[in-house]
Amino acid sequence: MAGFKQVTSPAVLLTVNDIDTDQIIPARFLTTTTKVGLGQKLFNDWRVDPGFVLNQPAARNAKILVAGHNFGCGSSREHAPWALLDFGFRAVVATSFADIFTNNALKNGLLPVTLPPEPHARLVEQARSGEPITIDLERLMVILPRRDELLFVVDAFARRCLLDGVDELGYILSFHDRIAAYEARQ
Amino acid sequence: MTQTLFDKVWQRHVVHQEPDCPAILFIDLHLIHEVTSPQAFTGLSTRGLKVRRPDRTVATMDHSTPTSKLAVVDAQAQKQLDTLVTNCKAHGVRLYELGNERQGIVHVIGPELGLTQPGMTIVCGDSHTATHGAFGSLAFGIGTSEVEHVLATQCLLQKKAKSLEVRFEGRAGKGVTAKDLILALCAKIGVGGATGHVIEYRGDAVRALSMEGRMTVCNMSIEAGARAGMVAPDDTTFAYLADKEFAPKGRAFDEAVTSWRALATDDGALFDRSVSVDVSALEPMITFGTNPGMGMPITAPVPDPEALVGSERAALEKALAYMALKPGKPLLGQKVDVVFIGSCTNSRLSDLRQAASVMADRKVAQGVRTLVVPGSAAVKKAAEAEGLDRIFRDAGAEWRDAGCSMCIGMNGDQVGPGQYAVSTSNRNFEGRQGPGSRTFLASPLTAAAAAVTGVVTDVRTLMGS
Ligand code: SF4
Repeated sequence: MAGFKQVTSPAVLLTVNDIDTDQIIPARFLTTTTKVGLGQKLFNDWRVDPGFVLNQPAARNAKILVAGHNFGCGSSREHAPWALLDFGFRAVVATSFADIFTNNALKNGLLPVTLPPEPHARLVEQARSGEPITIDLERLMVILPRRDELLFVVDAFARRCLLDGVDELGYILSFHDRIAAYEARQ
Repeated sequence: MTQTLFDKVWQRHVVHQEPDCPAILFIDLHLIHEVTSPQAFTGLSTRGLKVRRPDRTVATMDHSTPTSKLAVVDAQAQKQLDTLVTNCKAHGVRLYELGNERQGIVHVIGPELGLTQPGMTIVCGDSHTATHGAFGSLAFGIGTSEVEHVLATQCLLQKKAKSLEVRFEGRAGKGVTAKDLILALCAKIGVGGATGHVIEYRGDAVRALSMEGRMTVCNMSIEAGARAGMVAPDDTTFAYLADKEFAPKGRAFDEAVTSWRALATDDGALFDRSVSVDVSALEPMITFGTNPGMGMPITAPVPDPEALVGSERAALEKALAYMALKPGKPLLGQKVDVVFIGSCTNSRLSDLRQAASVMADRKVAQGVRTLVVPGSAAVKKAAEAEGLDRIFRDAGAEWRDAGCSMCIGMNGDQVGPGQYAVSTSNRNFEGRQGPGSRTFLASPLTAAAAAVTGVVTDVRTLMGS
């Protein structure tokens, strides 16, 4: 899995609420048996509109997506973070995220950044210019173009995994004896 | 100390927990299907690992499988199905493949085979895994990375969620089903209303539900954002399980019942939050928008964005534009192109009986395509044994084989662009049932009423007194 320390990039603003995983990657593209190439289908049905933000040249190299609240609701498809990553995003900023999406994103090195409404609005305001913003996982901080610093929280264990490259499956496997003991008690 | 049902099931499954780390939670039953498992098996092979507990892993095919005699949609879908066969063979995992008498939608077959039991932890790479919580198990959807973790270790890293008590109180009136209860909850608390929580459904209206009704309610917990939904097991649960294939038998069953009874939430146990819904005041429900929280009583007018502000107003405007609906006007009488009766929410025998009760001696309205898709091969057989298929066919509906079908539109069963569907499934997201599709979620009764009238209809007007 890709680690995460810091990312600096202009942000793509898609401040819609309740963006579900069927929008992020429609179900008909889920018959794949690999993770690659899903970026082409990211927001497929919204990209039909030439004016859609992801169709703008500025989106091509952006690493940060900004959404509204409850981003990633709906299905458990990990294809959603795979598609976002494959497109080039490394972080999504929203006022809240759906639970399964958060889990899936963190496991793939895509950072979900939750901001309260007021700092979120400030970020949207300042990111509009296309100037880059920085997300720093070490300092748990978003740094805006006008140098405003916004604090955020990430689950401590997930943060450690991302910063130190701890592999979650490796972590569970290291407790093999305890799992065996639990099974023996059953 | 007093504990909730959730606390008890959680505590019994914690293998170990380090300070400041998530718990390592043991998983009793891991269900897998073709769509969310291939990359997990690939990950396993890359690390040279085997499935730790094939005996606790069960696979089925449901999402992209054909539900008529036609072929699988394309070569890629076929490859995905073949990959599941290969992976299950290589790892000794039980697979109920297409044509098997136990095949069906993963959340339908788990319970009907008795694999799902009270007090278990159950996961599946599918967000509607909460369905199994109807038995008092802790059941939730996971991503493919987590599928790999469970395949390799039979464990998951989990932070304990908060608890939310949802009380359904009072007697349901005419035409009000389990589906209407859960749609009413989603409308009340919104699609993100239960994020971070495990719901326990309580109250006399929940006790009064059959197991199939409870499954319908728990199934849509995720549509309110919840991790899981649970109902404490009771005599209804035990009676359902008594003759199921993989449930304990004889003395073992009696012993199991004793321990299952003890799972119920203790008197005085505390929940982080509580919400209640007066069931006696409910009408049949229907959604008008593009998420399951955008629902209303069937006789209500479509809400007006003018009454809202900010992002909520924008969201409603966007939804109504997609749905091409006018605010302030009732949905009743809205023309319908497609009716879908099926999905892990409403494809069990009692759902089909409800739909059949409305369609009996009636005809599907001209110009309406009606699909009835049983949730499993076993449901199909049972429905045919009591002649439900005849009722549907005589009415002019299509009677299909088991699968997810038009709930997700992966197998080619789709609602056309711009078409309106009344669907008993669980998601009305943009394009969920096919690109450009417009979905009204409702109960099997309401869906059947739309099928025979060709418009959104209050089913109570078609029911005897
Ligand atoms: S019926 Fe629909 S919601 Fe249920 S498992 Fe299948 S695709 Fe998912």
